[in-house]
Amino acid sequence: MLEIRNLHVRLEEEDKAILKGVDLSVAAGSVHAIMGPNGSGKSTLSYVLAGREGYVVTEGSATLDGRDLLALEPEERAAAGLFLAFQYPVEIPGVGNMTFLRTAVNAQRKARGEPEMSAAEFLKAVREKARALNIDAEMLKRPVNVGFSGGEKKRNEILQMAMLEPRMCILDETDSGLDVDAMRLVADGVNALRSEGRAFLVITHYQRLLDHIVPDVVHIMADGRIVRSGGPELARQVEEQGYADILAEVA
Amino acid sequence: MAAPAARPGAAADRLASLALPAGGAWATEARRAARQRLLEMGLPGRRDEYWRWTDPSTLTAAEPPRAATFDPREPMPFEAVDRVKLVFADGVFDAAASGAPAAAGVEIERLAEAAARDIHWARDLYGRLEAAGQTPVPRPLAALNTATAADGILIRATGRVAKPVALAYLHRSETSDAVLHHVIRVEPGAELTVLESGPAAARCNMGMEVEVADGGVFHHVRVQGRDHERRAATHIFARLGRGARLKSFTLTKNGVLTRNEAVIELAGDGAVAHVAGASLGDGTFHHDDTVFITHGAVGCESRQVFKKVLRNGATGVFQGKILVRPGAQQTDGYQISQALLLDEASQFLAKPELEIYADDVKCSHGSTSGAIDETALFYLRARGLPRAEATDLLVLAFVAEALDEIEDEGLREEIRVRLEGWLARHRR
Ligand SMILES: Nc1ncnc2c1ncn2[C@@H]1O[C@H](COP(=O)(O)OP(=O)(O)OP(=O)(O)O)[C@@H](O)[C@H]1O
Ligand SMILES: [Mg+2]
Repeated sequence: MLEIRNLHVRLEEEDKAILKGVDLSVAAGSVHAIMGPNGSGKSTLSYVLAGREGYVVTEGSATLDGRDLLALEPEERAAAGLFLAFQYPVEIPGVGNMTFLRTAVNAQRKARGEPEMSAAEFLKAVREKARALNIDAEMLKRPVNVGFSGGEKKRNEILQMAMLEPRMCILDETDSGLDVDAMRLVADGVNALRSEGRAFLVITHYQRLLDHIVPDVVHIMADGRIVRSGGPELARQVEEQGYADILAEVA
Repeated sequence: MAAPAARPGAAADRLASLALPAGGAWATEARRAARQRLLEMGLPGRRDEYWRWTDPSTLTAAEPPRAATFDPREPMPFEAVDRVKLVFADGVFDAAASGAPAAAGVEIERLAEAAARDIHWARDLYGRLEAAGQTPVPRPLAALNTATAADGILIRATGRVAKPVALAYLHRSETSDAVLHHVIRVEPGAELTVLESGPAAARCNMGMEVEVADGGVFHHVRVQGRDHERRAATHIFARLGRGARLKSFTLTKNGVLTRNEAVIELAGDGAVAHVAGASLGDGTFHHDDTVFITHGAVGCESRQVFKKVLRNGATGVFQGKILVRPGAQQTDGYQISQALLLDEASQFLAKPELEIYADDVKCSHGSTSGAIDETALFYLRARGLPRAEATDLLVLAFVAEALDEIEDEGLREEIRVRLEGWLARHRR
């Protein structure tokens, strides 16, 4: 589903290479996890896939179902089924959470040539999904992420994902800042979406999330490359021993 | 008031020979006095402190520059509102196009007709608030208005007025020069809403004097839009009694030149005045909000909230002042003026001023100009909103604080829809 080949990325503003040849292949129906030291390029990879400005792809490719992702505008990538749960969700004063969600859902439907969701349909769906994530109605009325706690912002990302029903979901440290119960809710939310036609790329520092969302493949990223891939046991090894041994092995 | 000598030259000759509307009876006296004030002040020029950023020459010229009329193919604002509709075409009252000038709790007269009759309340107001508002900053165009306006509306609210009085201004002639002067008195405890909309003329000079007596409430919602080449100078002079409230909101779209002045005196304890504006400009648009609020009593509140969205070289000007007189304790004054510059060619010029002569005062002011928040834009786009739609959403969020100053939900929604329409039409 998601195919990344030899992806090289540098910053637009300065001559600094961040990604130095990333190879990654995520099949439909699977869950992949990416772990790796701070600053290794995990968020950069997710931003480049989502289409954020400020990065230059100098080499390599990224496709979603065979479509060249890198040639699309961010909104086209979203409509094509790509979703990024941000490591730092953005606060947007003055834009109501509900308005935002509904505009987003309908913009994507429109781009795909599907009928828009009616107000009633939408309201029903949001209420249901928000309840499952323990997001109260009051939060939905507030401006997007404004005054939300760290954990509330992360749950709001998952609510957006649940409403948009993307096919390729990238979760960038959605677990950080979550309390134990919230982590459960988020994991349940993700697991509920797991299906044949959908894939997940879960960026995390902790084994705990992966106890709930059991990955098929775990990758270790270091200095802009994927240096090691394995099964769920790789995450446990990181949890117990840190990165030193793994990095020494591949060096 | 300091009386500088009349400025010599052709302009002075023109002012001296300024024809006053005929048959004014009580109004004639006020018009003569206004002409005298104008002669003493002279017309505004670029060297005047409050005209540095806005060129008054086309507003003061003997003839207005031509301005094409155009059909925006959308209904006039407030068409769906149950209202008393009064129409002026190129500055002249159009009785045939207007509704019956009557509603419960209000007396409505046409200035052109009423000036000949003895209407005490109007006689005591006409030109008075304007004259008082000439100090400390002279406003010659307002004196010109008082002196030469032949038409306008006199509105006296005696109770809770059942429906808004809506003044609809039509622009039909490419060379029309409209001068209208409205006088409004809200009696103690009464409540009135006045709506204004439309381009009025190729050039228009609008004056409105509003006296809100103790405990009275005055709502004002204005839409200046449509014709791209029109020029307008407007003045609102208001005085508020004890516990009186005034809320004025203006949406300005298009037009090459608009100068909106509001001069408000909080004269009674506990009075509240909110003046707000949202302006949307593309290209040759020049929009100027000049506001002067005087706190002259105890425990009064004032808010100035002005938001400007500028693109393709449009210019926004804000000159806002809060003056707190000695003894005006427990003053709560707030002023914010912000511009969203959608490109680097557009500019915002702001001059916020505070002058405070009391010690128990809470006053804040802020002025900013900035571009669209790229991080927010990316977040919205990453969720599937096309760039243009995402930008519009952020623009709407930017002006929301000004829009929120419209108390009536239906009117607020109508203004929001107009704003959205403009944004959709002006996407790059
Ligand atoms: N816009 C930018 N300007 C300057 N440096 C940047 C920028 N974006 C990324 N970097 C740098 O690129 C490197 C990779 O950053 P990135 O955020 O992708 O790391 P990460 O793996 O997500 O780290 P963490 O685990 O801390 O979230 C870091 O050294 C970071 O400082
Ligand atoms: Mg990161």
